[in-house]
Amino acid sequence: MARSVTTNRKHANTVLAWGVGLLIFFPILWTILTSFKTEAQAIASPPVFLNFDWTLENYAIVQERSDYMRFLWNSVIIAGGSTLLGVIIAVPAAWSMAFVPSKRTKDILLWMLSTKMLPAVGVLYPIYLIFIRLGLLDSRVGLVIVIMLINLPIIVWMLYTYFREIPGEILEAARMDGATLREEILYVLTPMAIPGIASTILLNIILAWNEAFWTLNLTAARAAPLTAFIASYSSPEGLFYAKLSAASTMAIAPILILGWFSQKQLVRGLTFGAVK
Amino acid sequence: MGRITLDNVTKSFGPVQVIPPLNLTIEDGEFTVFVGPSGCGKSTLLRLIAGLEDVSSGEIRIDRQDATHVPPAKRGLAMVFQSYALYPHMSVRRNIAFPLRMAKMDQAEIDRRVNSAAEVLNLGDYLDRRPGQLSGGQRQRVAIGRAIVREPAAFLFDEPLSNLDAALRVGMRLEISELHERLRTTMIYVTHDQVEAMTMADKIVVLRAGVIEQVGSPLELYRTPRNLFVAGFIGSPRMNLIEGPEAERRGAHTIGIRPEHIEVTEGPGAWSGTVGVAEHLGSDTFFHVHETGLAETITVRAGGEVGFDHGDRIHLTPREDLIHRFGADGLRFE
Amino acid sequence: MATQHSRSAARFMMAPAVILLLGWMLVPLTMTLWFSFKKYLPLRGGDLGWVGFDNYVRFVSSSSFWPAVQATLVIVLGVLVVTVCLGVLLAILLDQPMWGQGVVRILVIAPFFVMPTVSALVWKNMFMDPVNGLFAHLWKAFGAEPISWLSEASLFSIILIVSWQWLPFATLILLTAIQSLDSEQLEAAEMDGAPVLKRFWYIILPHLSRAITVVVLIQTIFLLSIFAEIFVTTQGSFGTRTLTYLIYQRVLESQNVGLGSAGGVYAIILANIVAIFLMRIVGRNLDA
Ligand SMILES: Nc1ncnc2c1ncn2[C@@H]1O[C@H](COP(=O)(O)OP(=O)(O)OP(=O)(O)O)[C@@H](O)[C@H]1O
Ligand SMILES: [Mg+2]
Repeated sequence: MARSVTTNRKHANTVLAWGVGLLIFFPILWTILTSFKTEAQAIASPPVFLNFDWTLENYAIVQERSDYMRFLWNSVIIAGGSTLLGVIIAVPAAWSMAFVPSKRTKDILLWMLSTKMLPAVGVLYPIYLIFIRLGLLDSRVGLVIVIMLINLPIIVWMLYTYFREIPGEILEAARMDGATLREEILYVLTPMAIPGIASTILLNIILAWNEAFWTLNLTAARAAPLTAFIASYSSPEGLFYAKLSAASTMAIAPILILGWFSQKQLVRGLTFGAVK
Repeated sequence: MGRITLDNVTKSFGPVQVIPPLNLTIEDGEFTVFVGPSGCGKSTLLRLIAGLEDVSSGEIRIDRQDATHVPPAKRGLAMVFQSYALYPHMSVRRNIAFPLRMAKMDQAEIDRRVNSAAEVLNLGDYLDRRPGQLSGGQRQRVAIGRAIVREPAAFLFDEPLSNLDAALRVGMRLEISELHERLRTTMIYVTHDQVEAMTMADKIVVLRAGVIEQVGSPLELYRTPRNLFVAGFIGSPRMNLIEGPEAERRGAHTIGIRPEHIEVTEGPGAWSGTVGVAEHLGSDTFFHVHETGLAETITVRAGGEVGFDHGDRIHLTPREDLIHRFGADGLRFE
Repeated sequence: MATQHSRSAARFMMAPAVILLLGWMLVPLTMTLWFSFKKYLPLRGGDLGWVGFDNYVRFVSSSSFWPAVQATLVIVLGVLVVTVCLGVLLAILLDQPMWGQGVVRILVIAPFFVMPTVSALVWKNMFMDPVNGLFAHLWKAFGAEPISWLSEASLFSIILIVSWQWLPFATLILLTAIQSLDSEQLEAAEMDGAPVLKRFWYIILPHLSRAITVVVLIQTIFLLSIFAEIFVTTQGSFGTRTLTYLIYQRVLESQNVGLGSAGGVYAIILANIVAIFLMRIVGRNLDA
């Protein structure tokens, strides 16, 4: 009796949760489906759900007309480059904070996190001006630097929390064994922290990939990543639903896949440890 | 070669002075044990010698060379940590080889040394495992292996056995002692287990609050403790300390008598009391005796065949020649 | 584990990160402050000298200021209410035993990984378009007149889009918090005969209060500066001009840098007020 009540409840939960889940996921599903329709089918009335002639032509056209690969490449460079640069700068900093803590460590960490909260629009013009002066406007280098800087606090923070879980005695053992600081970090700390470093990289690639304030405001044609490329559909071209969908699908697919691996890190990285 | 000298060494953490000025010499080849209650600064002292902490003042010399500001890697010492501190991502072989790789030794020599260390420590079958796949005792042997391949001037052990269960601890204790017999290298060993101290040490250093209370061989400390603290700390069960008329009668402020130096009889004796708890260990019996008028409890160690029980009225007779006398300042005098 | 040597190594290794972030913070901030006291029109004469607090006064007394404050508040509060309420419900639902929990979780979280420009455009065109959008079809199917969402119900539409993006974040964090709730406590309450609502009110909600606070604070900081969603949908028209968007327009569109910078300083102050509360919580957790 009690058993059937709980199974019934499980059935009900399952139906409800799947219903809600699919509802939330529906816009993404719809976009993916539409990307395989012809333009006519995409705006058919009433809308067609699955019973249409599947086609790949939208993907071909998007690539052909707008040189999609270039935007994709820009996104890869900017997201990957900013994350790697950030990690290279953050690993030593996180090492210091985790293993040689001082009275000021906590303050420095909090201060770093607080720079993340600086509203971008408040410093838009200065950055814009600096970029013009340095010839960085619409350059990938410029964006790599800016995106690295806005994510650096999160990278330092995440690495710090992962490093703190590593017992300091192991690093001391390495020091006794004759490892220099560089060897200690390279041969002992980094391999031990690989899962943490990988998670950090994953989450920050996602954040950088989706960043849409600086990428929109600091790029034009040359260095524009996918965020800016998609934004260009906001004008009349957006009426071509199938092509918009194809472009969108290509822009979100890689990160959607990465994102599914990073659920846990999301909580750790974005709440700064305030929720455990 | 490993003669280690501490000359007026002090250590403060912020405003707290954990080690007041301290002088100590550890002779080459000696097995020295630091004992003392928790928090007395044993680990700190060891880490100062290792170079993992800076001294606040004073000088550390290793083989007559000033090593005060030499980084840990250059001091030629090896350390075995309480948590073993093995590199979890490396196989046992690579763990043991790590210090040699850091020293840029050539591969053939590394292999030779790793294999011979593995043989000494019975690790041959485990060389390709990760530390996570080993038992506590095996991990401890890997940690020791990693220390011996470097052929260091001295070994530093920080409570290496405290994570092991009792039986294993006895075994490892013997292994470390044997290792010392074979290598004849200086070893400094931190523990708060006075049985380890007594059985392993050539020389025991008793610490309290960063101050050396006494330095000496195990038997010296047992026979002639310098003061009340050492008397109470060395020996198990603890020495009975008695104040009052009984002490005054012997011209002392406090007298001390070890449980094994009191004779228990049914018939007449110097003192009398009631058995509280009787602990029968088989070989020995410990009596905790109350209502003696001397101290709260007097502990007595008798043979296993002595069969008093709770509530029995008994008589106690100390061996007069083995009574320790202490002055009001806590120091022992003859 | 601290010798003089390792401490100085630590300082040295922390230096790049600290110096970069210090520069990233101080240089633009100083420039914004500097510009905010100037009449500075790059396209119409450039630097026209110091004007004191003129820009600050003009920014708040301009006719677009209060509507912008209102739009910002409506959007931020609207999204917070929607995401927190739905997030709590969803987290509780996802915490129940069911088949295919992992897959449902993935479905729910997915929107967070969609780049803002994509989600805004997809919603704008494929759902909210008055002619070809799915909503229009749905409305027609029920015989209703399709709504031109982004002009007639502009704020609601923006709230919908942004909530969709942030609901996964709220859900995920609240789910993490719920999972740390001792299930025995709930079972005990159930044994005591506490009805579902009472259990929710007296046990689950108090347990979640801290997580909710964190969600609110973090989302507020990000929501105060949403940009792409408005940039590709309404461009700030139909009453959707938030403070962020207003400042952006002042600075880059009308190139009134002095005025925009004064607005920027306001935005920074506002964000810092929220950040202080957040940092308090983070700081307390760092000690533990
Ligand atoms: N890094 C540090 N900062 C501040 N105080 C410290 C630090 N390390 C140790 N201490 C203090 O120094 C004193 C001695 O510590 P130490 O670890 O040397 O004790 P111990 O004798 O090894 O104790 P145990 O037997 O518990 O290991 C303690 O009071 C401890 O609180
Ligand atoms: Mg210790």
